[in-house]
Amino acid sequence: MARAISTRRKLTFTAIGWLVGFVIFFPILWTVLTSFKTEGEAIASPPHFLFFDWTLQSYYEVQSRSNYFKHMMNSVVISFGSTFIGLLVAIPAAWAMAFSPTKRTKDIMMWMLSTKMLPPVGVLVPIYLLFRDWGLLDTRLGLVIVLTMINLPIIVWMLYTYFKEIPGEILEASRMDGASLAKEIVYVLTPMAVPGIASTLLLNIILAWNEAFWTLNLSAASAAPLTAFIASYSSPEGLFWAKLSAASTLAIAPILILGWFSQRQLVRGLTFGAVK
Amino acid sequence: MRLKSLMLGACSVIAMAGFAQAETLTIATVNNGDMVRMQKLADDFTTQNPDIDLEWVTLEENVLRQRVTTDIATKGGQYDIMTIGTYEVPIWAKQGWLLPLDKLVSDKNYDADDILPPIRSGLTYEDKLYAAPFYGESSFVMYRKDLFDQAGLKMPDAPTWDFVGEAARKLTDKNKEMYGICLRGKAGWGENMAFLTAMSNSFGARWFDENWKPQFDQPEWKETLDFYVNLMKDAGPPGASSNGFNENLALFQSGKCAMWIDATVAASFVSDPKESQVADKVGFALAPDKGLGKRGNWLWAWSLAIPAGSKKTEAAEKFINWATSKDYLELVASKDGWLNVPPGTRTSLYENAEYLKVAPFAKMTLDSINSADPNKPTVKPVPYVGVQFVAIPEFQGLGTAVGQQFSAALAGQTTVDQALKNAQQLSEREMMKGGYIK
Repeated sequence: MARAISTRRKLTFTAIGWLVGFVIFFPILWTVLTSFKTEGEAIASPPHFLFFDWTLQSYYEVQSRSNYFKHMMNSVVISFGSTFIGLLVAIPAAWAMAFSPTKRTKDIMMWMLSTKMLPPVGVLVPIYLLFRDWGLLDTRLGLVIVLTMINLPIIVWMLYTYFKEIPGEILEASRMDGASLAKEIVYVLTPMAVPGIASTLLLNIILAWNEAFWTLNLSAASAAPLTAFIASYSSPEGLFWAKLSAASTLAIAPILILGWFSQRQLVRGLTFGAVK
Repeated sequence: MRLKSLMLGACSVIAMAGFAQAETLTIATVNNGDMVRMQKLADDFTTQNPDIDLEWVTLEENVLRQRVTTDIATKGGQYDIMTIGTYEVPIWAKQGWLLPLDKLVSDKNYDADDILPPIRSGLTYEDKLYAAPFYGESSFVMYRKDLFDQAGLKMPDAPTWDFVGEAARKLTDKNKEMYGICLRGKAGWGENMAFLTAMSNSFGARWFDENWKPQFDQPEWKETLDFYVNLMKDAGPPGASSNGFNENLALFQSGKCAMWIDATVAASFVSDPKESQVADKVGFALAPDKGLGKRGNWLWAWSLAIPAGSKKTEAAEKFINWATSKDYLELVASKDGWLNVPPGTRTSLYENAEYLKVAPFAKMTLDSINSADPNKPTVKPVPYVGVQFVAIPEFQGLGTAVGQQFSAALAGQTTVDQALKNAQQLSEREMMKGGYIK
């Protein structure tokens, strides 16, 4: 018998849910609101919440000063490119680790993760020198390569945990039916792991989209993604809050919309399986 | 025969393409009003020089600093012109990372002798100019004339710290959210330490003695920090330890501070009626002193420099000449008015009647800049260059670490004595590591 939940309790939980959601969403909301203010209003104290002269002035100025679409295209190419290449490498790797583990699999997993433990600035100069010699500085290709590398451990780890949930017997059965290795991965494993792969894909696109250290340091004028676009609007000396907010809103909008549309997929993927 | 003429034709096409192709200069710069304006006016330069294209990389100051330092140290060659400050110039010139701007200095039309002497000497290393100043700034006192009048106080043109302290306490009414003085408290070598280092100069303190021994255990530093912390406790706004330039600007503009000591560039912000509620009530005075011969004001100039090894030197020099010339000031004046010309670089600007008419803070700015001497910043002798910083590579890290100690003292998380003791230890360790002392 299902437990009876009183209307009052439902109401309370709903209210708490909305409250928590609002608190988490508030900084983004505030950024969006600030982007519609004038610079003077953006720093007014006490701040005005909704009652101010709404203006598109900051958006206009941001548009006239920098090329948003160039930066956005760079972001799209870099984040999607690095995630797809990452998945191509990670799916077979995770398959091998999940379905034919050896004595050392756990160590290899740990070793892969350990590459994330070094602060990135520690390898900035060597990577910069390599990029300089290979002519990859300020190129999209260079940024795709470096972001693939840094997100690969996370992709492998995530896929590994999803694959672990899939019973090996199913793959065995397909093998009994004569499926080759490639067919087994493409036609049996991948369709079953779609929610997991999709959420890995989305999460990594978001991570790559927001990556600010490498994208800022390895780009200059032509390959600079939206992170550089935002960085060009902040200043320790001057009034740039409204413009900075407008730039931030423009920069997060595409990924926010993508997240909205794929919300169900993302939640399903992240809560996939019984023990998560 | 046909092949030959085909090849000839191809060659000539390539050659023509080579001639017609414009050279592209990549310029790294910071995001502030004057630089943004330069970007907008750059069409003037490209019309004069159709063979040069400009590409801009605008970044937040600290991001830019990290970015260009990586590039210049590895000779990455991503930028043809870099916007750097008076902190970088002596260090980078010593490393051989910058090209000397000899052509600029010898150009009569450019008139390098017109550059304000303290700014020029801040950008000179071993008698060679390594960067051309785009705009310069010092710091001074901005105060509310109306509040001073009401309280029967008169701000002298050159106040002392004692007067500033007294007036600040008198003008404070915490119940009405009225604070006597707003000062920087946010930790960082370019944040609170810019202010505190400049202030300590006027108290007779110094970062290092002639042998690079840190001096935070000396009475002058204790006096500086005691004065600052007590003043801010009595007359400063709440949460001052997280206030930087922008936060104080917001407080001052909304009428909550009677005094604010900060960059001279703030003068045009607080005098702008569109953004400031107190625009017509602001007076200006020199940074305070303690009667020891040095004032508590800093000196900074955002400047344009060419990294050594750049392959487009000639075009880069042309651009720097354009952007830092007298003609550029005229150009800005004709488009946006005299109030908006980049200040603090040229003597001739301060002799220009039209400029003096619209900028009530012009004289104070000039006097402030002229009273700062980056080569002799302190009362006692020091081995370093720089007013509000020490021009050594270690200073960014060390300055911020010490700034965190002082910010904690301001927040009341630690005592002044403890903060100074920690600062001394930090500096001794850093200096030993750098090989300055044994």
